[in-house]
Amino acid sequence: MRFSTEQKDSYTEVSGTGRLNMVAAPKLREVVGEVVSAGNKRIVLNMLATDFIDSSGLGALIGCLKMARQAGGDLRIACVQPQVKMVLELTSMNRVLTPHATAEGAFSND
Amino acid sequence: MRNLPTRLLVVLTLLLGINYLAWRWLESLNWDAWWIAVPLVAAETYSLIDVGLFGLTVWKKKQRTAPPAPADATVDVFITTYNEPPEMVLETALAAKAIRHPHSTWILDDGAREEVRELAREHGLGYLTRSPDWADRPRHAKAGNLNNALMETQGEFLLILDADQVPDPAILEKTLGYFNNRRVALVQTPQYFANVPDDDPLGSQAPLFYGPIQQGKDGWNAAFFCGSNAVLRREALMQLGLSGYVKEVEQGVTRALKASRTALRRARKSPEAADPLVAGLLDDVESATERARVELRAGVSLSEVTYRVRRTVDEAVQSLVGADFSSLEADLADIAALEQGTESALPDGGELDGAIERMSHRDLSPLAALESVQEVLDALSIERSAEAQPIMPMATISVTEDMATSMGMHAMGWQSVYHHEILATGLAPEDLSTMLTQRLRWAQGTIQVLLRENPLVRRGLGLAQRLMYFATMWSYLSGFAAVVYFAAPVIYLTLGVLPVTGISSEFFLRFVPFMVVNQLLFAVTGRGIPTWRGQQYSLALFPTWIRACTTAARNVWFGRPLGFAVTPKTRQESGPRWDLIRPQLIVMALLAAALIVGVVRLAAGLNEPIGTLVNVAWVAFDLLVLSVLIKAVKYKGFTPEKRSVDAVQH
Repeated sequence: MRFSTEQKDSYTEVSGTGRLNMVAAPKLREVVGEVVSAGNKRIVLNMLATDFIDSSGLGALIGCLKMARQAGGDLRIACVQPQVKMVLELTSMNRVLTPHATAEGAFSND
Repeated sequence: MRNLPTRLLVVLTLLLGINYLAWRWLESLNWDAWWIAVPLVAAETYSLIDVGLFGLTVWKKKQRTAPPAPADATVDVFITTYNEPPEMVLETALAAKAIRHPHSTWILDDGAREEVRELAREHGLGYLTRSPDWADRPRHAKAGNLNNALMETQGEFLLILDADQVPDPAILEKTLGYFNNRRVALVQTPQYFANVPDDDPLGSQAPLFYGPIQQGKDGWNAAFFCGSNAVLRREALMQLGLSGYVKEVEQGVTRALKASRTALRRARKSPEAADPLVAGLLDDVESATERARVELRAGVSLSEVTYRVRRTVDEAVQSLVGADFSSLEADLADIAALEQGTESALPDGGELDGAIERMSHRDLSPLAALESVQEVLDALSIERSAEAQPIMPMATISVTEDMATSMGMHAMGWQSVYHHEILATGLAPEDLSTMLTQRLRWAQGTIQVLLRENPLVRRGLGLAQRLMYFATMWSYLSGFAAVVYFAAPVIYLTLGVLPVTGISSEFFLRFVPFMVVNQLLFAVTGRGIPTWRGQQYSLALFPTWIRACTTAARNVWFGRPLGFAVTPKTRQESGPRWDLIRPQLIVMALLAAALIVGVVRLAAGLNEPIGTLVNVAWVAFDLLVLSVLIKAVKYKGFTPEKRSVDAVQH
């Protein structure tokens, strides 16, 4: 899986291309860890090109959310694909994380 | 129809058992001596239920042959260690490295020993210790060790081995094939010990459990995880961890919101709230939590609800602190003094912003004084900050994480497999003290799971699965029945008090056939398996079983510590420890004394001959059961010459 980071006006966008599975999970934690330690607190994970996620991937999302929160910020997810949406619902993870329609809109009400 | 003879015996045993016990309850209870009559019939009922659950277990005994392993499955082999000798860990790790299916081998060293790290590096083995997140947080023993490693590794499957369990090179080839079924989450293989003589004085081998019992549970899709020599599917474990996380966070936030009104009311009455600054802040906190309550009901996600509360409160704190800064000059001076270690003048303008920022920080904010409110705000979070990791795949509700974990997986609809072939060889405790510690720990863990997550009412489990988990828990209650079985004959022989209305021919007609068929059932299901040791220990260790129940109950209900210890894998040096079995020695003395008194009373015409005969036989049986402990106390450890290759048959 490939990750890229882009600084936007009010948040930092991290995009992941490929499968967010047990192999990619530690990499995601690493990427977000760097973003947070660079002082960026508001992060949106753009999942437009993430076509698969497993429980380890979800676990990594929680880990990243925790990092952002501890820095006083937040992590949001946006543009999720059908498989990702299904897994979020299946594991009740949608009770914790809201999938936003667009990356720009993820922080719109905060 | 291989199970037919077993099934016939199960039905017959239960019919004869009910025939006997119904008569006991309805017609033979000696109410004049209710204080022993009722406990005895209760103990007998306990035993019949135990036999019934055993019958249900072996009803669907399953024999399996492993399907071929998928060549591309990725596997992490975990060797868990805490304080075992480095040479032992290395031997296991090198055997693990030699497993044929491609894999990564990891030593999970909870002792974080430099020597082990060095050995791992030297031999090209993976080495993991707890991440810094675990500092000052609950460690959760082996479950925590495994959970830490799960976050550091990536294999699709995990083979878990205790430090002493030397694996066979074929262990993965023989087990991975079962995972071709996408719903299989666990394959458990037997635990077998090499350092045990044929007569197994400490009852270390569990041939009945790692045999008919696990095979029977397997038939009901309820074979369970036993902590070592098992392969698990990472996806299933992570899913379990996620669902536990969501449940925990949801409960935590809901509870905090519920508690917030009371906390705010209490805070308003506190002396600090007289300060208008604090009072204003409390208003802000109240409106933030009210809004959170509304949003949560409307289905807004937990992370956004809690984030908004935190932001609102932080902003309020910041602005109030800034606005009313003058009133805080004194505090600021104190802080400055604290930070510089000397009395000093007030900070100049440039430092003011930093000072306000510091004042707004959680620990120094005016809210910090209002503990109840601060607690609510801390609990309104999704970080699960009391734990080292938000996701805890391996269950942490019990000191035996294994059973609770597999129960969770079964409840989520995953399947399990028991593969009946010895694929790892371990080391059993070689002295009574260590053995007792180990048994106590298993029993405590099992009772903890029973009390925390009673399988009988666990959602997601099928009826048979519930009963299979419950059966194992039920068997750990045997200590209470044992006490009654020891007391009843002593009471008759010494006092002449009989718990039954009379020992008539009806007693023999109802009891003897039940007992005979029951023993036959054991003999048939355990063909060639030595089961007597297990039967002895289930009664003889009654103080351990009772202590496990009482300590686990106190732990679960009142939060008291268990007094838990890791099982040492090496022999503890000392002479025979008679003190460890003092209660049993007292019971033996009482039983022996009762024999003498009983004979004297018979000669004096105070007791009847039939009653005496039955109770003397009973005492003899009790003594035979307890005699195993004499052997165990005197056992000096294993000497390899006596070793036999087929101590356990397949």
